[in-house]
Amino acid sequence: MLQAYLPQLLAGLWVTVQLALGAVVLGLVLGITGAAMKLSPVGPVRWIAETYTAIFRGLPELLTVLLVYFGGTVVLSALVGSYFEVSAFGAGVAALGITFGAYATEVFRGAILAIPKGQVEAAQAFGMSKLLAFRHVVLPQVWRIALPGLGNLFLVLLKDTALVSVVGLEDLMRQADIASRYTKQPFTFYMAAAFMYLGLTVITMAVLHVLEKRANRGQRRAAS
Amino acid sequence: MDMQVFLAAFPELLKGAWLTLQLVGVAILIGFTIALPVALLRVSANPWVRALPFAYIFFFRGTPLLVQMFLVYYGLSQFEAVRASFLWPVLREAYWCAIIAFSLNTAAYSAEILRGAIQAVPPGEIEAARALGMSRALTYRRVILPRAFRICLPAYGNEVILMIKSSALASTITLLDLTGMARKIIAVTYQPVETFAAAGVIYLVMIFLFATFLRWLEVKLHANRNPPPGMPN
Repeated sequence: MLQAYLPQLLAGLWVTVQLALGAVVLGLVLGITGAAMKLSPVGPVRWIAETYTAIFRGLPELLTVLLVYFGGTVVLSALVGSYFEVSAFGAGVAALGITFGAYATEVFRGAILAIPKGQVEAAQAFGMSKLLAFRHVVLPQVWRIALPGLGNLFLVLLKDTALVSVVGLEDLMRQADIASRYTKQPFTFYMAAAFMYLGLTVITMAVLHVLEKRANRGQRRAAS
Repeated sequence: MDMQVFLAAFPELLKGAWLTLQLVGVAILIGFTIALPVALLRVSANPWVRALPFAYIFFFRGTPLLVQMFLVYYGLSQFEAVRASFLWPVLREAYWCAIIAFSLNTAAYSAEILRGAIQAVPPGEIEAARALGMSRALTYRRVILPRAFRICLPAYGNEVILMIKSSALASTITLLDLTGMARKIIAVTYQPVETFAAAGVIYLVMIFLFATFLRWLEVKLHANRNPPPGMPN
């Protein structure tokens, strides 16, 4: 029975992977922007970033997905002037990306603050502008420091992708749903989906381990 | 945004928020009760004893809560034995299925948090307890666990906040919690932005209040970190 539905489940798995990757790209962009804004000397810029993280770290992910999907359709229709439906995939990428970005802002902020101030001052003493120093001195190191935190956020994001099935996206969860309804074997199919998510988690953990090793190459470790 | 619709949603939504609090409260209580023995097994010196809690934690932390909840609510009914058993009146109810799934899920996360805290208790304190002639059980009760609770409080508080947010999933199995109530209102009024915004405000307030309580508790439990009364800071 499981074999007959395996192609559908795998197709759903692929949608889940695409959704997670799309959301993480959006989330990383929002996160680094949010962190730069939070460290800005300009008050209002900081407040915007503070409000963003306060709201989207406090809202349930499911509520954000529903808000973007149903609210997005209403708001965009009003803006465009005719009926405009947000796709479940687009809403999922946006909602999960926004949530990831809110948490990533804090991770990036911590990473930027962990870089010794003297390095930025040295760069400026060489005549680099603030932006250039940020790009050439701060950012390359931020990746190494932020990676463990971002990895954890990605593992959370991976599991949150299942929520987008609630608004009808044909991801792994939804395919398991459909199969269990047709076959009247919900336990079999939800368990199959559970093990596929578990597989994704294990693969992600392995990839993160490799990335972390790469990012830390050449780092001096305390002699033990 | 229509303020009228936004404000009108609150009375119904607060009823939903009450169910959310119930679900989270009961799940946290049961979850912690499960987490404690799981964490103790997890720090065992015997690798065979460690394996079972490891598998449990690995499964529940590696799969989405939505899948776990559907496994309990829809999945268990696949088995005739379950439907015939005396547990069926409980397992048939969405309310109890949500609580079972939430409890098992939060127990897995809490057990890891507790394990970390137990291992973070300074070895000197444990050795001192042994030197005073305390038995293993007494050392756990008087020294290790009280210390571990205080160490894990911030991390455990975060877990409770995550649970408040995750409880929104109950709305997918027909329960009228805060999110479920919002979806029910929207099905009638079709004003998703205002209604979800109102629900969002209630979630933010609940989480803010809990975070404030947590900070207060942390200060209270770490009395040694506070300056003595009457001393300048």
